[in-house]
Amino acid sequence: MKSYHADERGYYGEFGGAFIPEMLYPNCEELRQNYLGIMEEPSFKEEFHQLLKDYVGRPTPLYFAKRLSEKYNTKIYLKREDLCHTGAHKVNNTIGQILMAKKLGKNRIIAETGAGQHGVATATVCALMGIQCVVYMGEIDIARQAPNVARMKMLGAEVRPATSGSKTLKDATNEAIRDWINNPVDTHYIIGSVVGPHPYPDMVARFQSVISEEIKNQLQEKEGRENPDYVVACVGGGSNAAGAFYHYLDVPEVGIIAVEAAGKGIHSGESAATSALGKVGIIHGSKTLLMQTQDGQITEPYSISAGLDYPGVGPMHAHLYASGRGEFISITDDDAMKAGLGLCKLEGIIPAIESSHALAIFEDRKFKEDDVVVVNLSGRGDKDLQNYIDYFKL
Amino acid sequence: MNRIKQKLQEDNPPAGRAGKILSIYFSAGYPNLDDTVKIIQDLEKNGVDLIEIGLPFSDPLADGPTIQESSTAALKNGMNTALLFEQLKDIRKTVSIPLILMGYFNPVLQYGVEEFCAKCEEIGIDGLILPDLPLDVYKEEYEAIFKKHGLINVFLITPQTSDERIKAIDDASEGFIYMVSSASTTGAKQGFGTEQSDYFERIANMDLKNPQIVGFGISNAETFEQATKKAKGAIIGSAFIKHLTSNGVDDIGGFVKQIR
Repeated sequence: MKSYHADERGYYGEFGGAFIPEMLYPNCEELRQNYLGIMEEPSFKEEFHQLLKDYVGRPTPLYFAKRLSEKYNTKIYLKREDLCHTGAHKVNNTIGQILMAKKLGKNRIIAETGAGQHGVATATVCALMGIQCVVYMGEIDIARQAPNVARMKMLGAEVRPATSGSKTLKDATNEAIRDWINNPVDTHYIIGSVVGPHPYPDMVARFQSVISEEIKNQLQEKEGRENPDYVVACVGGGSNAAGAFYHYLDVPEVGIIAVEAAGKGIHSGESAATSALGKVGIIHGSKTLLMQTQDGQITEPYSISAGLDYPGVGPMHAHLYASGRGEFISITDDDAMKAGLGLCKLEGIIPAIESSHALAIFEDRKFKEDDVVVVNLSGRGDKDLQNYIDYFKL
Repeated sequence: MNRIKQKLQEDNPPAGRAGKILSIYFSAGYPNLDDTVKIIQDLEKNGVDLIEIGLPFSDPLADGPTIQESSTAALKNGMNTALLFEQLKDIRKTVSIPLILMGYFNPVLQYGVEEFCAKCEEIGIDGLILPDLPLDVYKEEYEAIFKKHGLINVFLITPQTSDERIKAIDDASEGFIYMVSSASTTGAKQGFGTEQSDYFERIANMDLKNPQIVGFGISNAETFEQATKKAKGAIIGSAFIKHLTSNGVDDIGGFVKQIR
């Protein structure tokens, strides 16, 4: 049967692989040879699940959003990743990777962060384990995400500004990779999304797959069936989506809907809708769809949501798009902000702006009355208050 | 015969530093958009043995700040793949030195690998260094294309590369192996310690079929001498770019003479 999971070499169809300079080969190879074995070790599984339960607060609820469902005349469930410790799904992956790093004998952690959510999730698990943590963050992002910078510092991490290129997420990722080149033996790089060279996209997807594993069980309880008609998630690099889709990838009767950020409009020149605007290329060691010039220079994306502001998309998602398995919808800043405020008023939940993009599809994308649609509510909106305040003049 | 192979196989090179290969890297389109040809001509005139012409990229992962900045400046100046080929179209009328294009794989992929290689052959480019094109992908998908167009693909090894992999890289290589001196990005380290001498010694004792040229961390006569004690030659990039930043393109001879 055709599978939408990664093959042994880390390819999803034509996408993925490990396009890395030789300096990174030993690191990635060590990880590639060990990650599946370590994840199967009983002691690893036990510690991972224990921490997800007692520290992260899993399982997160699958909540039937009654008033939202009435409004759009379909059955909408929200997977409440916003209730995770640190405020988003990101911590599922950092818990997994810090345990992986320990098993590999690493004593120093590096990470990249855009808005700071992955940086906070990484600083959190490093504090938990007493491991040194360096987070690279674009100079511009440091200036506009001061609360998360403060959180990382309180958690004991060193935040290093990325001053090259556009001084945002892609440059922070470049700097983290350069750090890894310079520290090849003792350091583990905790990538925050399903991007980067093999085995990262597959490893991160597996750590995040707890989301769809829980959805299956919870839906069985609530609806008497494991499979919804649709799973909806926002996609920047695509880690929350990878987790929400994971156990449904090879279940054809479940529709997969990936929601990208259209920014100020797909063709406005200020957008992050990679599937619509990207072409096949190489970014951060992975062959995938990415936004680039005709000459192959990577371009700077834009979205009001810092977590969706990435010029590429994980190779799993590139394949879902190219193969037609996934339905891709892009949502503008304005529509996302309206949908975010809508959820506050209807359900009493303030969502992250990333997640608001997924919620915004219901205005135009109609579902049948008895369809069961699960939306992955990837994060809470606390971190976005200033954006909400500015946008709605609150 | 390919000019790189020819150069590396010259009989009876002079003794000492003078007999070692000096390869210089620069970013095409830097400091000014139209400096490319003059830099190549002056490097040859001043006795450099190999030239690596850097194709600028927006996200140069393996490079330190100096080459990041020259790359960014070159792109701002308006450099791109098609323009570089245009600048180089008559280069073989004036120089005979081996020329290598060095860059990241994505711009080559966007140009079209086959078209890119054909254009290189037409101009008289002898080889490519694409650090993020991995060995297995090269062998499976691109080796035949490179060979058809007479291009040598140069692979990197580092102090962390296993002996087994070094042998595989040696097998797949022609011309020379690019020996990265230490675990670093370009231009990062100053001087070589015992770790490097041990590594240079270890590689020299492996009896590889290809000569090795050392790159990363070579900036002056002293580091050039250390790097080439065991190896066939050495590459200077960041230090030359700094020289261009301070002095422009008028005293290239002055830079080369202080190395060798």
